[in-house]
Amino acid sequence: MSTTPALKDWPLWEVFIRSKQGLEHKHCGSLHAADAGQALDMARDVYTRRQEGVSIWVVPSAMITANNPDDKGELFDPAADKIYRHPTFYEIPEEVGHM
Amino acid sequence: MKAPLDYVLHLADNSLILGQRNAEWCGHGPILEEDIALANISLDLIGQARLLYQYAAELKGGGATEDKLAYLRGSREFRNYTLLELPHSGPLSGYARADRDYATTIVRNFFFSALMVLYWEALLQSKDEQLAAIAEKSIKEVRYHLRHARDWLVKLGDGTEASHARMRSALEHLMPYTKEFWVSSPAESQAVANGTGVDVASLRSQWDAIVNDGLNEATLIRPQDTSGYVTQGKEGVHSEHLDYVLAEMQSLARQYPNATW
Repeated sequence: MSTTPALKDWPLWEVFIRSKQGLEHKHCGSLHAADAGQALDMARDVYTRRQEGVSIWVVPSAMITANNPDDKGELFDPAADKIYRHPTFYEIPEEVGHM
Repeated sequence: MKAPLDYVLHLADNSLILGQRNAEWCGHGPILEEDIALANISLDLIGQARLLYQYAAELKGGGATEDKLAYLRGSREFRNYTLLELPHSGPLSGYARADRDYATTIVRNFFFSALMVLYWEALLQSKDEQLAAIAEKSIKEVRYHLRHARDWLVKLGDGTEASHARMRSALEHLMPYTKEFWVSSPAESQAVANGTGVDVASLRSQWDAIVNDGLNEATLIRPQDTSGYVTQGKEGVHSEHLDYVLAEMQSLARQYPNATW
């Protein structure tokens, strides 16, 4: 009998939950599961027990390409002093309401 | 129209005892996600039991309450299927983890949830409005229970040599207990007669189809139906295991009557 812990055998999945119709799916955590169907069922049990969701996506963590945290400086810092990119210099007409 | 008290208790006891059994996995699940899944399933079952006991208490009258029905009856008064009170250890005790064998848990949940998806569906037509309403809530829960059990049945049955052997063993151990489903108790006959209950025998071919389909996909061979002893838990004749379940479940309510927290 294999004694390999399941956590080593099973791929990791990232879980995205949509909390209500019209909102976007948000990343809420990850879990181990043998396949996509099981990952969905487990996500249902682990992340929607308190009515947190109306829709679940699961994505194999291995399919996500992430930036290297060490590149943070060159990737993100140059945006810091370009406040003119924020649309804060316009006056929004009242009729527009909340944007 | 009201269902017979013993019939409502039969349904309530089924849900409570299996809920209690499955809850034994809480904190001991093979993986965290399964721990949570089994606890969820238990809470669904105990929730069903509460609704049924509240209704049974109303039918019984004389100061009966859901707590008294759950915690202050003896094993002879319980009306659950014997299948549901058995421990989570199959005939492989001593080889598999002696106290908890997940294959046994999964096969039992598969058999019972396959029955209950049909049972609650049929109870939607009950002439007892209260039972029909409870069926409407329960059917969704039990559909998920079947999905969970069937998924694991297939994964473990069609898994490794070791997992297949354990599933086969659990299957052979538990299959004979399902015969109790199909033999009517007096309470069931009464409930069918007044239109409040389900003629369970009429569900058998559909149950067979669900079970055979699952076993087939799991590459498991269904044991031959034997002509041996048919358990009678639903008439109050239980295995010794129920007393241990009750001893643990009822100890607090019996030791500290009317305790609140």
